[in-house]
Amino acid sequence: MSYLADTAALARKDLLLELRGRETVPAMAAFAVSALVVFRFALPEDQTEAAQGLLWVALLFTALLALTRAFAAERDQGLLDALVLAPCDRSAIWLGKLAATVAFLVLVEAVALPAFSLFFERVDAATVAAVALADVGFCAAGTLLAAMAVGGRARELLLPVLFLPVSLPVLVGGVGATIADDPGRYLAFLALYDAIFAILAWAGFEYVVTE
Amino acid sequence: MSTWSRNSRLLLAFSTVVLLGSGVALGLLWAPEDADQGPSQRIFYLHVPIALTAYALFGWAAWKALRLLWTGRERYDLESYTAVHVGVIFGVLTLVTGSIWAKASWGHWWEWGDRQLVLFLILFLFYSAYFMLRYSLDPGPARSRISAVYALMGVVLIPVSLLAVRLAENLVHPGPIVTRTDPALPWQMFLAFLVCLGGALALGATLYANELAGKRLDVRLRELREVLG
Repeated sequence: MSYLADTAALARKDLLLELRGRETVPAMAAFAVSALVVFRFALPEDQTEAAQGLLWVALLFTALLALTRAFAAERDQGLLDALVLAPCDRSAIWLGKLAATVAFLVLVEAVALPAFSLFFERVDAATVAAVALADVGFCAAGTLLAAMAVGGRARELLLPVLFLPVSLPVLVGGVGATIADDPGRYLAFLALYDAIFAILAWAGFEYVVTE
Repeated sequence: MSTWSRNSRLLLAFSTVVLLGSGVALGLLWAPEDADQGPSQRIFYLHVPIALTAYALFGWAAWKALRLLWTGRERYDLESYTAVHVGVIFGVLTLVTGSIWAKASWGHWWEWGDRQLVLFLILFLFYSAYFMLRYSLDPGPARSRISAVYALMGVVLIPVSLLAVRLAENLVHPGPIVTRTDPALPWQMFLAFLVCLGGALALGATLYANELAGKRLDVRLRELREVLG
């Protein structure tokens, strides 16, 4: 029970910081909508299927933006060591970060998906389900990679290089669920990805943050 | 460096020459020609063993990474890193031989319908990032552990990416999926393939052992310099 309480407290800390500073989510939402507008001009007329693929590219890069910021507060204040010393299980730090980052992404997508429906085509239920599953997948693997990159030089450059090959399966599952006639297998694949990388990150996070 | 390890490395190198030489000779001269593809199919005797050796090296890197996290002993860090290093070399060779085969079979240097090739491109990108990650961190136990977790992520990513490449094929290629090798190989082909596989694995082991010995020497030299200087 205290494990969940620790996780909730850590996630709440990130959400409170965002609520007070409003540094990340508005910028992410603006980025996502701008990306959709850019895509409109990058595409030839009437290419809805290609637009659906590009929606996923926009979501992927928005997630990348969120992950680049995921440990920004801790790094700027030098708080990561203090966080690691806190008397809680280290995997709770990861779980709290995962919950907060997913919450940010959901907020941004609450803007981005209606914008996509407005500009291009209505999003169906399968797409919404796929986006929800993909958020967990992006953040499960991404927060682990962000924690790896945070101590490195050129970390803003490093994280995209680490993140893109790992997130490629999520993109395949997401695009598949959006454009295929039977989205079931793609959603199942996304769920499988989430489970595998959540277990890996949950088990591996402790080794990544311990000095 | 003990004489035993030097001798065993010499033995390994010798068996590589014998196995790889006889395997290539068997594959090129003795095995029957493929009825559909003609002589270009013979690159199979190099391409597939090299790809399997790359998988073996990535697996070996993950095993050493797991040992590092389990026991905390620093020597596994260098072993895991060396395995990734040699594995990436074999990954590049897989991409090159696969690309040549694609050119011979379909007339393009790149073919998105070839699962193995696409998977190796993803793995190549992933393991290239391993070096960037490793060299952006300061040496020490933290870097060893981060590298180890990343190497473990790699073996998890291999099957997941393979599944993703398969799923993506249904989207990109609605038509029948291209396959090149007959599931039932004639025994001569299979024997030549097995000898080549042994040769490629021995080559991987030779490169790994020599690279590791060189890197260990490098570390010891640096330690000695610190003591003296």
